[in-house]
Amino acid sequence: MKTICFYFQIHQPFRLKRYRFFDIGNDHYYYDDFQNEEVIRRIAEQCYLPANRTLLEMIKSSGGKFKVAFSISGVALEQMEIYTPEVIDSFKELVATGNVELLSETYAHSLASLGDPEEFKHQIKKQEDKIFDLFGVKPKVFRNTELIYSDDISTIVAEMGYKGMLTEGAKHVLGWKSPNYMYNSCVAPQLSLLLKNDRFSEDLSDRFSNYSWNEYPLTADKYISWIAETPESEQIINLFMNYEVLGSLHPASTGIFEFFKALPRFAAERGISFSTPSELFSLFKPVDSVSVAYPISWVDEERDCSSWLGNVLQKEAFQKLNEIGPRVHLCETRRVRQDWYYLQSSDHFYYMSTKHMGQGGFSPYDNPYEAFNNYMNVLSDFILRVNAEFPENIGDEELNSLTSTIRNQAIEIEDLRKELEKYKKKASSKKTAE
Amino acid sequence: MKALMFGWEFPPHILGGLGTASFGLTRGMAMQPDMDITFCIPKPWGDEDQSFLRIVGVNHVPIVWKDADYNYVQERMSKAGMTADQYYKYRDHIYADFSYRHVDDLGCLEFSGRYPDNLQEEINNYSIVAGVIARTEEFDIIHAHDWLTYPAGIHAKNVSGKPLVIHVHATDYDRSRGNVNPTVYSIEKDGMDHADHIITVSNLTRRTVIEKYHQDPAKVTTVHNAVEPLSPEILAIQDKKGVKEKVITFLGRITMQKGPEYFVEAAAKVLEKAPHARFVMAGNGDMMDQMIRLAASRNISDRFHFTGFMKGKQVYEVLKASDVYVMPSVSEPFGISPLEAMQCGVPSIISKQSGCAEILDYAIKVDYWDIEALADAMYGIITYPALHKFLQEEGKREVDNIKWEYAGQKVRRIYDMVLGNN
Repeated sequence: MKTICFYFQIHQPFRLKRYRFFDIGNDHYYYDDFQNEEVIRRIAEQCYLPANRTLLEMIKSSGGKFKVAFSISGVALEQMEIYTPEVIDSFKELVATGNVELLSETYAHSLASLGDPEEFKHQIKKQEDKIFDLFGVKPKVFRNTELIYSDDISTIVAEMGYKGMLTEGAKHVLGWKSPNYMYNSCVAPQLSLLLKNDRFSEDLSDRFSNYSWNEYPLTADKYISWIAETPESEQIINLFMNYEVLGSLHPASTGIFEFFKALPRFAAERGISFSTPSELFSLFKPVDSVSVAYPISWVDEERDCSSWLGNVLQKEAFQKLNEIGPRVHLCETRRVRQDWYYLQSSDHFYYMSTKHMGQGGFSPYDNPYEAFNNYMNVLSDFILRVNAEFPENIGDEELNSLTSTIRNQAIEIEDLRKELEKYKKKASSKKTAE
Repeated sequence: MKALMFGWEFPPHILGGLGTASFGLTRGMAMQPDMDITFCIPKPWGDEDQSFLRIVGVNHVPIVWKDADYNYVQERMSKAGMTADQYYKYRDHIYADFSYRHVDDLGCLEFSGRYPDNLQEEINNYSIVAGVIARTEEFDIIHAHDWLTYPAGIHAKNVSGKPLVIHVHATDYDRSRGNVNPTVYSIEKDGMDHADHIITVSNLTRRTVIEKYHQDPAKVTTVHNAVEPLSPEILAIQDKKGVKEKVITFLGRITMQKGPEYFVEAAAKVLEKAPHARFVMAGNGDMMDQMIRLAASRNISDRFHFTGFMKGKQVYEVLKASDVYVMPSVSEPFGISPLEAMQCGVPSIISKQSGCAEILDYAIKVDYWDIEALADAMYGIITYPALHKFLQEEGKREVDNIKWEYAGQKVRRIYDMVLGNN
């Protein structure tokens, strides 16, 4: 029996405002509140709210047979809490049905997995906490920013105790193999992998409303029959996409919602079920392992990380960001830590990409160079603030040992004081007894 | 002494250094009590300062006879700071039938007043109108600023028989690093050949004019540019710099002529020794993206900032926030901006290949290609307070003595010589 695994990505970055050279050192607020609010409200209106309603209806009308998984980045959750709390409520309602699984990811939707393993782990923990705080569930399955995956990343994710991870079924990795099976990591065999089915996922995400596509219009009937016609032994169909496919990338007028609503009925007719990733990981066993020496992602023809770290601008910005990382870890100022997450969002690097010059690839900036200048100005101010916390001429390691000495001494002083209190009490009680 | 001048730009609406220089020079000359200047520009906006000269808008001079109502004409002319009487006087001197040309309801040609794609056509139109102006106005001498107005100057000379002085603010050799545009070159050469005297803004330009345009050295004289004293409004601008570090600035168009890549390379060298310096590249141009990449590939982007295009007051805000000003131009006929920086009390480093190097003693001069010397000079100024203070004080004193009034007197002596008044 075949089963479909739906997974949707939800993320919104904190977009930066225009930040000039003169603002460095003067202005420590970096975000374009107006734009951020406008975007998240618009997307909530077009996509999150109507799509959540649709999914809830589908779960109810299918008698609990329909299942989906989400990953919602921490920074997106923060923005929803600020601007559109009703979206959080509607996700709570979905999670309460038990048919919706929330996956873990990096809190900032960041590229930390490619630059800073410590930060990567830290952000996963923070994301787990955030999900638990809001929805009361603990994620069991991991998926990295934009499905970025490599052998190195799989080791860390396995170490963190995850049994399964989602990634891209990149052709240059799979070769003749089909993504419709379960695999595992070749360096961490305890970590199972679900791979995205490119063709079926992109039928929905890219081609659904394309008039010039020879299969237009796509109906649920036709779509399910394609899935049913895959070879008997291929049992897992992983449909991974951006949640904005529903209502934003394909507006409601294209019929995307009706298409989704019709899926469970036709799936039932052909004997196809729906599953969440963690169900799959407990049901199936890996058939083979995959080796990914260089990171892959689900973006562009190349399916690699060149959209974020392809050109010299992006590499420079990412390097400067990572250089300051160890110092930020020592820092406990709340606002510095908050900015640190927001600045790590992969989107900032995507805006600097020169791959799409002029076509495709949305960005709030006119060109990648402007994106780079703005980001570097903000980052320069951020670096100044971090360095202001500690003297710059002390090395990171020395600083680390100094701060831990201070911390230990504080604990020791506290202990000694308690002891002192104890003896004082004893002494006074003795006195009264006398 | 009445001078008829042809120019292309005049403040406040300027596109480059030509407008600033035209303004300063005419103002300096107007200090001579018997000097009377009529200044023609393609498209006046009506808010030009006419207290010391008279502006003629070339797009308000008729070349085709039209019957026009006085009040209507007055209304239209006043927008350019001119009068209806002037219009009728010009209309009486139309010299040929230009009715086949596209003109407006007053019989005037249209001008963009910028540097459009059909620049050739505008230059030609300008010279057609110059014929009307030269027949109407009374003057003793013709003075044409930069190659765009040379054809108009020649035309006016042929019509009136008055001597022509041309003022070379730049040549195409500066703009193109040697690969001249033949059309531009021919216009420049033609202007110089017809001129009774040639004024260049520096000895560097004078040499170019003599060597590349084959002019008689006796016919070419250098009159260096000067600077207007800063207005109190500008002097009052606060330093808005938010960082404590030293700021080293490049300000100007980011093009091949200005040598921006030498600035970036030198910045990388300075940062090796002085990691706390910051660099600002203000302005835009066709090499900006290339420079952003270069800074990124040298790993200095967190200390190297691009501001984009700066205008008016913003320029001075950048200068006030700077500790060092750098102009590594590959070929600069004069280069007025280091003088402005020095007026703001900012020590300057300039290339030996710029015209202003000839008159400045209290600026550090290096070869534009000598990145090490450039880096050395930057490092010295930000590291040794004594050097900074010395250049700041002496530089300001020096530049405060470079006045347009003196430049104006030199131009006057050239007029007198050409007219045989001595």
